Amino acid sequence: MEKISQSVVKKDHAPKMSGRSIYVCDIDKHGILCGKMLRSKYAKAKLLAVHLPELPDGYYYVDRNDVPGDNNVNIVMDDTPIYARETVEYIGEPIGMVCGPDESVCENILSKIQIDYEELEPMLDLRKADEAFFNYEYGKGDLDKAFSEADKVYEEEFGTGYQDQTYLETQGMMAEPEEGGRMFVHGSMQCAYYVHGAVMRALGCGPAGVHVHQDVTGGGFGGKEAFPSILGCQVAVAAKKTGKAVRCVFGRREDLEFTSKRHPSLCTYKAAVKDGKVTAMDIDVKFNAGAYTTLSAVVLQRGIICADGVYNIENLHVHGRALKTNTTPCGAYRGFGAPQTFFAVEMMMEHIAKDLGEDTLEFKERHLVKQGDSTSTSGVYHFPVPIPAMINEVDKVCNLRAKHKEYAKPQTGRYRKGIGISMHFHGAGFTGSGERDFIKAVARLHKYKDGTVEILAANGEIGQGLRTTFPKIVAHELNLPLEKVFYDHPDTSRVPDSGPTVASRSLMTVGELLRRAAIKLRTEWEDGKDQMVEERYTEPDFMIPFYLDKFQGDAYPTYAWGVQAIEVEVDTYTGISTILGAYASFDVGTPMDYNIVMGQMEGGFLQGIGYSSIEYMDYDAKGRIRNNSFSDYLIPTSVDVPNMKCQLHVEKYPFGPYGAKGAGELPLVGAPGAYVGAVEQALGGKIRLNHAPFTAEDTIKVLTKEDA
Amino acid sequence: METIQFNLNDKAVQYDGSATDRLLDALRDTFCCTSVKCGCKEGECGACSVLLDGKLVNSCCVAMGAVQDSSIVTLEGYRETERFAVLDKAFAEISAVQCGFCIPGMVLASESILAANSHPTEEDIRVGISGNLCRCTGYNAIVTAIMKAAKEGNGLW
Repeated sequence: MEKISQSVVKKDHAPKMSGRSIYVCDIDKHGILCGKMLRSKYAKAKLLAVHLPELPDGYYYVDRNDVPGDNNVNIVMDDTPIYARETVEYIGEPIGMVCGPDESVCENILSKIQIDYEELEPMLDLRKADEAFFNYEYGKGDLDKAFSEADKVYEEEFGTGYQDQTYLETQGMMAEPEEGGRMFVHGSMQCAYYVHGAVMRALGCGPAGVHVHQDVTGGGFGGKEAFPSILGCQVAVAAKKTGKAVRCVFGRREDLEFTSKRHPSLCTYKAAVKDGKVTAMDIDVKFNAGAYTTLSAVVLQRGIICADGVYNIENLHVHGRALKTNTTPCGAYRGFGAPQTFFAVEMMMEHIAKDLGEDTLEFKERHLVKQGDSTSTSGVYHFPVPIPAMINEVDKVCNLRAKHKEYAKPQTGRYRKGIGISMHFHGAGFTGSGERDFIKAVARLHKYKDGTVEILAANGEIGQGLRTTFPKIVAHELNLPLEKVFYDHPDTSRVPDSGPTVASRSLMTVGELLRRAAIKLRTEWEDGKDQMVEERYTEPDFMIPFYLDKFQGDAYPTYAWGVQAIEVEVDTYTGISTILGAYASFDVGTPMDYNIVMGQMEGGFLQGIGYSSIEYMDYDAKGRIRNNSFSDYLIPTSVDVPNMKCQLHVEKYPFGPYGAKGAGELPLVGAPGAYVGAVEQALGGKIRLNHAPFTAEDTIKVLTKEDA
Repeated sequence: METIQFNLNDKAVQYDGSATDRLLDALRDTFCCTSVKCGCKEGECGACSVLLDGKLVNSCCVAMGAVQDSSIVTLEGYRETERFAVLDKAFAEISAVQCGFCIPGMVLASESILAANSHPTEEDIRVGISGNLCRCTGYNAIVTAIMKAAKEGNGLW
């Protein structure tokens, strides 16, 4: 193992392990007003009037009339209101906030507020939704020719449900007016500069009028990418009005129902097969965006770029829409649109192979892309594609090929086994030209007179290990002991904008900037002197420029790769599928710390298993999310899966630090295909499954239908 | 109203609030034990786990009245022990701590497992922490760390 990959004790281990870390909810409540949201009861309604009871001294009501600047939260577009406008667009939309010193008094006030609504007809059905927030289309080759020459044409629809990030620390933000009129906003977040931009606009102030600090953050997984911008604006407006510090920390039910989650999807795949090979795919992707656009544009872009999976499909047409419904706005979640389409394409390939009477793994292997092939968007896979070797690595650990053939034979009896395999990539970093055109990351190193070095960057430690891996890179390049290099939680008044903590980009992109900055510092190093060096992002020159209007070019500079296998035993009496083993090989380039990367792989894999199997969430006929607690939105516990066996395959990326690529999202992406594929194989015969999560109830439904 | 007397981290304390208040809120707000985290407030996630007379409980589901004359241990007290030092070292070596929010509960769950069985199997550990949700690690590292602590803390439990 390379020196940089050798594990160290994480820099944030001691305070977290001993319970000394202060999360935003832990700050002493004295002198702070507690904020509680007044939320819409209807999925779509005109807001006619809000009748407040008499407020006790020291208690306040805040709504859109109190916003000093613009009542629109700047995310990708500006349509999300801070507090509801004349209409409410989903159940739970914040109309206003009650704040005061005592939480129970605030709750009592909320219960007495009367709202006059004029109910309107909400759109709740993704199939009928006709307002497309985003509508993209692209393709390559000659689709008509391929379909007209096909031996056989297949068509199938695939669906996926919501998934909630379920970080253990719920959303929480706080705003404190400072002397001189500056606003201090802090809390649980991934992207300090996103919050900074949004709050500036809400308060109608310049960049110096607000600063944003990331507190210790109890998990994010995408859920704290854009959402803290909304909550940050809400508390900042309240702090501005009251002149006092205001904190709002969500309860679990509130968090599950009303914060952004993974987009439910419906994907229709049409495939042409000629001489046993898939020659064309015509793909229609629909994402349920919810009531406002938030991050749906970029989630959809990634989703449709991945629509043909790891397969070389020469003739391709992809149409994707993010559709408005009157439901909680969806947003970022680890994988960012890719898990939905990877699930669909994996199951599609599986089903075509079965119809052709082929071993599904061998069929997929015959279609794999390789280095030099064109990507879906007519870019190029510039670097080696290690999937064949990774399949062999997984095979070695779990006897994949033999089991896959064995379980494909007809099974009888109560318990039946299956093993599912899924192959996938995750485009490392921002989609398209985002890094070059919008983010333009800047990172600095500050060397103090005593020879310690501080990293100045905006990326947040959210459990993924950045406070350790960033210093490891810098210490390695400067040949310093790790104790001499440190990285604190970012504050926008101190650090440059090195971009958001998203898209598996922090380590690959910002880590490389830091490595280059460290080289610069090393050459300029003077003992006893205070020194500052800076690096700015430049796009690697091998890339084929990406044009979003045509969806053409290199959508990503490189790819992380994954092969996942899940073995299950299905109890045909109860429908319960027991996971016998979960195996994977992941290529994220050189690990910057073996334990940290393995922690990401295992944690992401289990989130993917949850997404595939038990994490069911839906809304009722009124548009209210029904699964709003841990007793009916189930995430995996320690007994729901055995020890996962993950291994790392290293295919270095020459433009990442020491060969590192994006890592965090990869392990979630392929799990649904592997899990549902395993259950399908266990159920056997002509059964074809096409949605995730696939729960015990779903299994029973399939078995009941078979018997009938 | 009479005050509620109990022992918190080896110190006699009294609580002047209502007997129907939650132990979780009293620990965090009155006794400043902020290691005790609130993850759901309905007994499902284990982030607020503490030891009540040596037994692992979700403090969000314990009324203060039930605490009279009992002994409560939170991480504020437990982190001063030799047993904690062993767990600390094992969790550090495996990098079993990610976001950290489940960790105070997870550490006390580990103590509870090892106190009952100083040489647990992997299955014993998985069952023992099954009331403590962790969304980051996939549990592998935590299970491995507890196994390691059991081995290296031989004789302490």
